[in-house]
Amino acid sequence: MFVVVVGGGKVGVSVTRTLLALGHELVLVEQQQPRYERLEEEFQHRAIHGDATEIFVLEQAGLGRPPDIVVAVTGDDEDNIVICQLAREKYGVPKVIARVNDPRNQPHFDLLGISPTVSATSMVLALVEHEVPQHELVHLLELRKENLEIVEVEIKPSSSAAGKKVEDLHLPRTARLISVVRDGRAEIAVGSTELHAGDQVLAILEPGSEDDLKSVLLST
Amino acid sequence: MKALIVGVGRVGSAVAGRLHDEGWEVVVVDESEEALGRLGANWPGEFHLGHGMDTTVLEEAGIADADAFVASTDGDNTNIVIAQIARQRYEIPVVAARILDPARADFYSGRGFDVVSPTKTAIAELSHSVLSSGGS
Repeated sequence: MFVVVVGGGKVGVSVTRTLLALGHELVLVEQQQPRYERLEEEFQHRAIHGDATEIFVLEQAGLGRPPDIVVAVTGDDEDNIVICQLAREKYGVPKVIARVNDPRNQPHFDLLGISPTVSATSMVLALVEHEVPQHELVHLLELRKENLEIVEVEIKPSSSAAGKKVEDLHLPRTARLISVVRDGRAEIAVGSTELHAGDQVLAILEPGSEDDLKSVLLST
Repeated sequence: MKALIVGVGRVGSAVAGRLHDEGWEVVVVDESEEALGRLGANWPGEFHLGHGMDTTVLEEAGIADADAFVASTDGDNTNIVIAQIARQRYEIPVVAARILDPARADFYSGRGFDVVSPTKTAIAELSHSVLSSGGS
């Protein structure tokens, strides 16, 4: 594959090294001169110096071919948005991946249809949430485009859902159970699946129905 | 009529003054307190400190009921992104963005907001000055 990575910070450099090692064709674009010089030592002609929101820099990087993927991982969210819009809409790049530096800017990426996005801050927060037991409902995955999310809930001994079959639960219309993990073994949740205390239940739901789902699975 | 202006440098501050003189209610947003100085000591309108990408700031500044939005920060990409937000998310009927880079100005033209490119204007005017002099 031909991949153009914009932004030669830690993320961009690691992605570039890894993809090169896997045998892909890479171009890495970096705006800052001192950083570019270090990159050129390591990546030689594969490193390009310039502002990748400038058309001539993008064309130097080979956008006209076009690449299979453009990865915009600069430290500036506006730049990442513009790079992705140019790549996709001007050059017809089939796939763009953007880094979100400030999670508050996520709605802007969503509004402008830039997806998928990666946000280190959000990922760290999700992992922390996963480790903190008082968060009864853990967000595992957001399918933003589809407006769905996958969450995990642990059935408590005190929960009235313990001992009930899935078909007897009054689940909100906007949520469905996917699977139940018990003693390290997973099974698909069907109507006759009985929930036990300690079960890790995966559910898919529309954002906003978390509280309804929690009240069905966890209320005493 | 209410206008929201984000980015109050030389251009933004002058636009703010002019709209105000024409009877508009003008609210300005800038990252720097110094911008307030540029508006003059007797600036009668609202001033909000913050970044144009921050929707909390935009909403405090009353973007929801603005009739016009001007993106005139010193960053082309910031102007490009916030103009699209103003148009698409807040559905402001009149949105104008300053884009210095002629290539990006061309690419973002015709997308529901007015693109104003001082660089393109300068290129056209300077070329015209020479070409219309009659020399060859």
